[in-house]
Amino acid sequence: MKNFSRVVGRTPYYVVTGGLAILFLYPLLWTAISSVSPQPGSAQVDGYGFGNYVTLAHYQAGVLTYLGNSLVISVTAVVVTVLTALLGGYAFAKFAFPGKDALFLLTLAILMVPYATLLIPLLIWLKQIGLNNTLVGTGLVLAVFQLPFAIFMMRISFESVPRELEEAALVDGCGTLSALRRVLVPAVKPGLITVGLFAFLAAWNDFMVPLYLLGGDNQPLPLALVNMRQQVMGVIDYGATQAGVVVLTVPCVLLFLVLQRHYVNGFMSGALKG
Amino acid sequence: MSLKTAPPRGATSPPQPPEGPRRPRNPHRRAWQGWAYASPTAALVLVFFVVPIVLVFVMAGSDWTLLGGNQGGNLPENFTAVLDHRMFWPAVTFTLKYTAIATVLLIGLGLGLAFLVQESTRWRAFLRTAFLLPTALGLASASLLFYALYSPQVGPITPLLERLGLTDGPVSVLGTADGALWSTVLLIVWRYAGFYMLLLLVGLQGIPGDVYEAARLDGAGTRQVFLHITLPLLKPSLALSTIMCVTGSLLAFDQFYILTKGGPDGSTMTLVQLVYNLAFESKRDIGMAAALSVIVLFALVIINVVQLRMMRRNPDE
Repeated sequence: MKNFSRVVGRTPYYVVTGGLAILFLYPLLWTAISSVSPQPGSAQVDGYGFGNYVTLAHYQAGVLTYLGNSLVISVTAVVVTVLTALLGGYAFAKFAFPGKDALFLLTLAILMVPYATLLIPLLIWLKQIGLNNTLVGTGLVLAVFQLPFAIFMMRISFESVPRELEEAALVDGCGTLSALRRVLVPAVKPGLITVGLFAFLAAWNDFMVPLYLLGGDNQPLPLALVNMRQQVMGVIDYGATQAGVVVLTVPCVLLFLVLQRHYVNGFMSGALKG
Repeated sequence: MSLKTAPPRGATSPPQPPEGPRRPRNPHRRAWQGWAYASPTAALVLVFFVVPIVLVFVMAGSDWTLLGGNQGGNLPENFTAVLDHRMFWPAVTFTLKYTAIATVLLIGLGLGLAFLVQESTRWRAFLRTAFLLPTALGLASASLLFYALYSPQVGPITPLLERLGLTDGPVSVLGTADGALWSTVLLIVWRYAGFYMLLLLVGLQGIPGDVYEAARLDGAGTRQVFLHITLPLLKPSLALSTIMCVTGSLLAFDQFYILTKGGPDGSTMTLVQLVYNLAFESKRDIGMAAALSVIVLFALVIINVVQLRMMRRNPDE
């Protein structure tokens, strides 16, 4: 009886939260289903199937080109972010050197500057250094935007490693570099995974930086999808657009579900110490 | 420098600059190494942050067009041209309005969701994942998704309204000024509510349980506990969330570029969208776009400093 009344008492809670969960999941399910559903004005006029994905695959340079671009940009951003933050975090946490605080603050100051402010001069400046309309240049820019979080995170990670661990390695005759490689990298691995995950998601999903810096066959998938929608004036192929959204989203959702713990921890360390 | 004067090791050391872990072997070597490890950071920051910042100020003071390049300095002109631009004040007003709406809704809903999933049970773990899942999407993907969702051709809105007998033709929710604003707000709420839920949840779980117990023992009701215990102790998390939300909304771009392009009739033109238009669409005037983005930069810095000041006041009570 007591149990029964508890369940009844909780019913409104389950109804409200269940409803909310449906509302949050609905757009995702809707796109996934619509991308294979019949729709007027798409390759999927009747019956279910993957016609929209075929349209998408053949759009201009082909979806594989755009996916490849996204991948090159993201991998560049992740590798540069992780390496830079690993070395930089080590420097900021374990060394004393002149200009350290100034450089740290300057890195954090990137957070204060809007994308739009930096992208206009970057458009011109990248041309000067031979990186205009290049995937690597865009990856580097995206890595720089990730640096404040990444350096901050790695500094915390290195600071929380007990001193004795590194000292022991140094006493045993390691240089700082091999101490870093053999002892410290394993200790800060969770932080590195978080930094890499955030850098990947940010680079993979970024729209504004490629919009300013890339064009033609060098577009990553999000930009190509938006342009695909705009170029066919009047008649928008929503089917192909939805297929594109699915292609873009699936890797992110999978990564998110697999690495959820790191994702949440990343927010927490930012929130607690920030 | 005798051994005796070395700082005690075992005790938890205050945030002292971490000195060499061994006896000061050769301080110069450590400093040199520190710089070596920090050099990739320094190089990236210098090339892709410091140089562009300097350059944007130069551009803001120059007659610089997208196709014509730099045609020499003209200091105040870009700034006066921006202030005189017919879309400048509408964009300022709209951006502030959008920021106010988005911040109130996102922080309010984020807090509400955080309360709903506060305790850990299997059901709540599922809820957390459901609310957080949109956060994994890029803003551009989410905007494209909602663009289709809102479309009169394929979206579910027109059929739904038809079935309810409220309309007999296609409904274009993005076609009116109010519709475009609130459609964008709905997208943003969907995409970011889980994010703020998480930030606030971290804050909620940082409040020790015995504080609540003590309040309950003293006879405080739910409302009183919320107002006098939860809210004050949650202040740091609320402050962080608010700053992030205000900053993000003031710089809104992707969602408007994709959903409305600033329309209909310039009614959803944000400042960053205007920067883009000045540079690439209406004017193709890089100098003017740079001037506006410098204005946005200063506004943002001032707003952030003011917010930080307000939150630093009575830091502990």
